[in-house]
Amino acid sequence: MVVPSLKLQDLIEEIRGAKTQAQEREVIQKECAHIRASFRDGDPVHRHRQLAKLLYVHMLGYPAHFGQMECLKLIASSRFTDKRVGYLGAMLLLDERHDAHLLITNSIKNDLSQGIQPVQGLALCTLSTMGSAEMCRDLAPEVEKLLLQPSPYVRKKAILTAVHMIRKVPELSSVFLPPCAQLLHERHHGILLGTITLITELCERSPAALRHFRKVVPQLVHILRTLVTMGYSTEHSISGVSDPFLQVQILRLLRILGRNHEESSETMNDLLAQVATNTDTSRNAGNAVLFETVLTIMDIRSAAGLRVLAVNILGRFLLNSDRNIRYVALTSLLRLVQSDHSAVQRHRPTVVECLRETDASLSRRALELSLALVNSSNVRAMMQELQAFLESCPPDLRADCASGILLAAERFAPTKRWHIDTILHVLTTAGTHVRDDAVANLTQLIGGAQELHAYSVRRLYNALAEDISQQPLVQVAAWCIGEYGDLLLAGNCEEIEPLQVDEEEVLALLEKVLQSHMSLPATRGYALTALMKLSTRLCGDNNRIRQVVSIYGSCLDVELQQRAVEYDTLFRKYDHMRAAILEKMPLVERDGPQADEEAKESKEAAQLSEAAPVPTEPQASQLLDLLDLLDGASGDVQHPPHLDPSPGGALVHLLDLPCVPPPPAPIPDLKVFEREGVQLNLSFIRPPENPALLLITITATNFSEGDVTHFICQAAVPKLFRILNPNKAPLRLKLRLTYDHFHQSVQEIFEVNNLPVESWQ
Amino acid sequence: MPAGCPPHSTTASLPQHGDRGFPFAAAAAAGQAPPRPRPAAAMQFMLLFSRQGKLRLQKWYVPLSDKEKKKITRELVQTVLARKPKMCSFLEWRDLKIVYKRYASLYFCCAIEDQDNELITLEIIHRYVELLDKYFGSVCELDIIFNFEKAYFILDEFLLGGEVQETSKKNVLKAIEQADLLQEPRHEYFNVPVY
Repeated sequence: MVVPSLKLQDLIEEIRGAKTQAQEREVIQKECAHIRASFRDGDPVHRHRQLAKLLYVHMLGYPAHFGQMECLKLIASSRFTDKRVGYLGAMLLLDERHDAHLLITNSIKNDLSQGIQPVQGLALCTLSTMGSAEMCRDLAPEVEKLLLQPSPYVRKKAILTAVHMIRKVPELSSVFLPPCAQLLHERHHGILLGTITLITELCERSPAALRHFRKVVPQLVHILRTLVTMGYSTEHSISGVSDPFLQVQILRLLRILGRNHEESSETMNDLLAQVATNTDTSRNAGNAVLFETVLTIMDIRSAAGLRVLAVNILGRFLLNSDRNIRYVALTSLLRLVQSDHSAVQRHRPTVVECLRETDASLSRRALELSLALVNSSNVRAMMQELQAFLESCPPDLRADCASGILLAAERFAPTKRWHIDTILHVLTTAGTHVRDDAVANLTQLIGGAQELHAYSVRRLYNALAEDISQQPLVQVAAWCIGEYGDLLLAGNCEEIEPLQVDEEEVLALLEKVLQSHMSLPATRGYALTALMKLSTRLCGDNNRIRQVVSIYGSCLDVELQQRAVEYDTLFRKYDHMRAAILEKMPLVERDGPQADEEAKESKEAAQLSEAAPVPTEPQASQLLDLLDLLDGASGDVQHPPHLDPSPGGALVHLLDLPCVPPPPAPIPDLKVFEREGVQLNLSFIRPPENPALLLITITATNFSEGDVTHFICQAAVPKLFRILNPNKAPLRLKLRLTYDHFHQSVQEIFEVNNLPVESWQ
Repeated sequence: MPAGCPPHSTTASLPQHGDRGFPFAAAAAAGQAPPRPRPAAAMQFMLLFSRQGKLRLQKWYVPLSDKEKKKITRELVQTVLARKPKMCSFLEWRDLKIVYKRYASLYFCCAIEDQDNELITLEIIHRYVELLDKYFGSVCELDIIFNFEKAYFILDEFLLGGEVQETSKKNVLKAIEQADLLQEPRHEYFNVPVY
């Protein structure tokens, strides 16, 4: 029984009539079965219809691979209807991954030479859509012939097919380069457009072609000028702009030809100025041409005045009511902010306005641009705007905004107090979005601004009292309260309103932080240490603090437990040392952001984390851990109390000498101290993996009969040597020893000047 | 702007501001117009889809497997449909620029390369819609559904290999007309369905 096959449109109706996905699948599967049968039977009459239906279901996502061979058959047919669908099928179902695609090469070749324009059109279209490299190589001669055909319909298609061929097989450039000169004289817009696209493609692929085509710059200028001044032509104009597609393409080619070439840039200068000033900007078509002009001006060696004009056009775009125009303006200005900084600065107010955009992609660009425009003269005003933005910006921009503000503040802060205020504001507004090193940076900053200690601790205390959830803020506040608790309680600070804070309140706040479930383990650590420090800063008795410390001695968090135990031990056994240990910390120096900047400048896509200055790792405990007490009788092997967990809390840094060429010769040991049988030796090692590093081991030996107890050794180097020894000055070391020996307290401080030469060269 | 090009402004060169921590700006500033690594078309693909995410036309100018095409289509459709009406027509997606515009119930979505002009792409989309409108007479989504092959034929007379081939509306429509007349069996009115 022959079932008449469904018409395409009837099938579409049926599919759309299906109420559920399952129903649709059923209809389609049934029809596909018919189609497959029809293909098997080889029915030539309805083949085109069957393929059309198959292409429809393919668009809905159903498999259609069994139609591939049918495409070939249809293409090979002599009927135009068949060819039309066959070629469409080839473009949709066949691509260079399928071996079958090569089989249409012959058909295409035939169709190209047939001389029937619509057929040639189909063949060229298919070739330029899915033609693989092999096909292109095979068919290049045919396409070349068609370039010189009389019919513009075929020629314009042949030219663009050549573009595709060059993309697939760059060697074919040599075939398609020669005809270009002649083609450029054509008046037909389609041919002209195709030719310019072809020349653009050739120039982008080969510097030789680029040089070759520089000579057509005057001709291009002439064509564009004619286009612009020609006046209104209904056929090619859009909103009063003559053939904007062609204009944009010419401008693009001019950009490529004028780049890095004075002479060409000069030739096109006037024309660009003309287009920039005369193009009608009331509609998108004109703005598209104007935009392309701006891109070209900025990319070639244009006169300074022209560049400023271009930036001003972008500035005008920023005020356009059309969101799309503002978008391209922001994107372009972002690209220009480095090279034409002052010109872009002039539009800063408009850029800042764009922060208020509702569209996130626009406000993001406005943010980036605003941050790029911050400099020392506008920093206060800009920061105000940016901080306002931070409060209301969408969450995905928060992190970038916060980081941007902090970076800019670091670079351009007019005063330390302003800087501290800014960071504080960022931490309170967007605390959870700041980077990890913000805490370190702020503590460093506060530590260095002695005159602002009281101010800082007061403000931080107030902020903390209000909200203990923002971890970075809590950490900094805890650290400050610990360090400068005495200033907090003293109550007098000119900068802000006097506030009477009593000890119990402070302790209660820190305890609250300790107990809060919102506090991270690191935060707890800060709070605990702060409490500990307060034991020396506050006047009252320390029972409350001691209680807290002993409670946390059994805390589940190992880190916290260890500290609590150590602090507890400090109370119980080493109370006399507590004050010294919990002294105010000296300022830690670290590399500023400048050094890192230069290093990262040349790198693309600087990651947020990479831009962070690397704080010097305090490897202090390592030095003291190297104390190798060969102490016979003394059972009290002293662990150096854990120095404050804040970064940079140690007195000693590992000497990091500049890279010395290998091989490192062994450096002799040095005896630095001897008294009544107690001896101190220094030995030096350069680890092979890191020859710039010098590890110094202090070995203390007790040769006497008496015990040595309560041994503490501290080492310090002059500031010069902290991180680097660039001048290779002789290394000096200061050592301080305190211990009990023979029932006497011994305290020795001495300098070591005679370190072996190899240790510091 | 070329990183190697000497600055034209007379102010002393300032340390790089904008590109710290912001990948886009850095990448954009560092190298525009790098040599094209692959033989890509200016326009990589064009998709038409409805508000429900149903695909109505897909024109690919770069070779991709069916699986990849489906994945891209699915993700892009989702991304575009999630956009709010007041947002701009451009978005950055993977390493491409996407230009989209909604006409009635259909989204027209093009993927272009980094150095291409977004505004002119909007004109391309608009021109295509005008062509469809002229051909079908006040085109609506149903026309494109029931005559999808015609939508492809019209597109193929306007763009070729991802580039604009004809800037005259008249010429494009004339070409379609002539091709329709060639179809067998011949009908009096060219837009009567043949299949």
